[in-house]
Amino acid sequence: MTAVREAKASAPDPAPGKPPGSAAAPGRPRVISGRVVRTRSGGLSLRVQGRTVAVTTALVVALVAVAGVTLTTGDFDLSVGEVLKALTGEGSGIADFVVNTLRMPRLVTALCVGAALAVSGAILQSITGNPLGSPDIIGFTNGSAVGALVVIVVLHGSMTQIALGALVGGLATALAVHLLMLGRGIQGFRLVVVGIGVSSLLLAVNSYLITRATFQEALEAQAWLIGSLGNRLWTHAQAIGIAVAVLLPLAFLLSRRLSMVEMGDTTAMALGVDVSRTRTTLLVISVALAAFATAVTGPIWFIALAAPQVARRITGSSGPALLPSALMGAVMLALSDLAVQRLFAPALLPVGTATGCVGGLYLIWLLVTESRKSRA
Amino acid sequence: MTATNRPASRLRAEGLTLSYDQRTVATELTVDIPDHSFTVIIGPNACGKSTLLTALARMLKPRAGQVYLDGAAIASYRSREVARRLGLLPQTSTAPGGITVGDLVARGRYPHQGILKQWSAEDENAVVDAMRQTGVLELADRPVDDLSGGQRQRVWLSMVLAQQTSILLLDEPTTYLDIAHQVEVLDLCAELHAHKGHTVVAVLHDLNQACRYATHLIVMRPGGVIAAEGDPRTVMTAELVEDVFGLPCRIIPDPETGTPLMVPAAPRWYAPAEATSEATSEATTGDTDTGDVPADGADHDPAMAKTS
Repeated sequence: MTAVREAKASAPDPAPGKPPGSAAAPGRPRVISGRVVRTRSGGLSLRVQGRTVAVTTALVVALVAVAGVTLTTGDFDLSVGEVLKALTGEGSGIADFVVNTLRMPRLVTALCVGAALAVSGAILQSITGNPLGSPDIIGFTNGSAVGALVVIVVLHGSMTQIALGALVGGLATALAVHLLMLGRGIQGFRLVVVGIGVSSLLLAVNSYLITRATFQEALEAQAWLIGSLGNRLWTHAQAIGIAVAVLLPLAFLLSRRLSMVEMGDTTAMALGVDVSRTRTTLLVISVALAAFATAVTGPIWFIALAAPQVARRITGSSGPALLPSALMGAVMLALSDLAVQRLFAPALLPVGTATGCVGGLYLIWLLVTESRKSRA
Repeated sequence: MTATNRPASRLRAEGLTLSYDQRTVATELTVDIPDHSFTVIIGPNACGKSTLLTALARMLKPRAGQVYLDGAAIASYRSREVARRLGLLPQTSTAPGGITVGDLVARGRYPHQGILKQWSAEDENAVVDAMRQTGVLELADRPVDDLSGGQRQRVWLSMVLAQQTSILLLDEPTTYLDIAHQVEVLDLCAELHAHKGHTVVAVLHDLNQACRYATHLIVMRPGGVIAAEGDPRTVMTAELVEDVFGLPCRIIPDPETGTPLMVPAAPRWYAPAEATSEATSEATTGDTDTGDVPADGADHDPAMAKTS
């Protein structure tokens, strides 16, 4: 091993100490991980991490598989061919109804909401440098719930109005948390602690709203509070689809900067990153993603917390790994929804119960390992 | 360029008022960093030396006054443009979990990269050169988390070198390092200054190291006031040290380099007979001093060989 390293280190160096020439000597030691794809002129050069590509591909395959099972099985089994026909608009009446009205909107909603929550969590965890920095932990989700409950209990609004209420509630909570930081910027630990405080306050508000409600309203509120993908229509899928289509590419564009910000404000700024603007933009994207997702399905726990970390761990990435996170979130939520639909049928179990159960266990594990780490 | 005919230094500050929240660290601070100098800033704790450095690197926005880089207000540059001209090694940085040494140093190339130009041949060369200079090339595949403090500091330093800026600001680059590594890092800085003509500005705590390496010394007193600046040989006096640090001392020539060497005055509990005695006892202490030196020199010679 040492011999190899020495051989690497003593590789011919064309211009030691001088500004490097345009061409790299072939004998240069490789210092960075991954592969480099470069055009001859050097105008385009990309760094590709083999492991990230492999994980991303595997996640896409998993996503297609989950989608396939979701669309073909159920109370009314269909063949893959029938599903494809229905999707292209050539299906028979029943197949068309089952696929395009019942299963597809629900699946698309699940995939988009899962991706939105995961990226929202990935951004927050990266900005706060804390695995607990996730919209459901630091109060944004409870804020959306307050907004929705106010619409249900006080204003007796429609589904669309409930979604709007949730959106406003989530954004308002983010603003409140920001103000409670007392202008000291967005610091990781502080944001998490303030967020947890705000979250419990909002939980109390939710409970109060439910005690004030009539029996019918309370039922409706409770149903909304356990995030569900049941009865999601194309309008839901479209709403979250547009949000995801706009916000995810933006987040991906900023992810290189985000990984620089993880090195600390001063270091990132010294390397030419506009830290405060990067962070504010990404925070807004994160909050909006979480708010839209919650508006469409109600609070779904665990995805935003776990998907980014699992993605980061299996890609071994030193950055926030937003694309694998998004895919991971989509697969996790679609799979959870498939599980509650098929395993517990005919009971109509909302997906929130599944993610909540797994999420609770995951949170315990996370807290135990984190506290062990900090004690070590 | 400024109105004056004398070519202005590339990096200078005029009438800076620096403050964190409500606490004002310095007022009306004017500093000129001579081009191609190895400038060292010293001063007692909390005198604002690191603050000055962060302001020079536009990390801290001055309440009043202006920092100028290459003749234009530093605030008028795009962040990336500043990062191509001026590198800063902050006191603390966080290495992302699991990152390898090579990948971390490669991040120093960020200001030269774009979304479609993520790893050019120039990037590769700059990173390899930087890692070779600091002697961390053979660590390239190791996770940063596994390194010792000294190795880690050299990795951070090579990240700043990979940035390939001709002005380098180093905020206490020797903290957390044992004496051999301190000398190694300072030798490296001196080399960058001497052979490449880089302008190096460092905040240091050790007065003797400052005097040994600096070509230009800036001494700050609490309140962000510059007490003295210039060649350490003329600046460094016992009166100045007593005045700024409140420490009675003697300044003798460094037996190795001839630069000023600050020796704190004997403490009060020290046997008064010897402390007040005449030249003979002083001569003996001087003797033991020089007696120690060869060992010292032998100690850091291999270190120098390693960096070059």
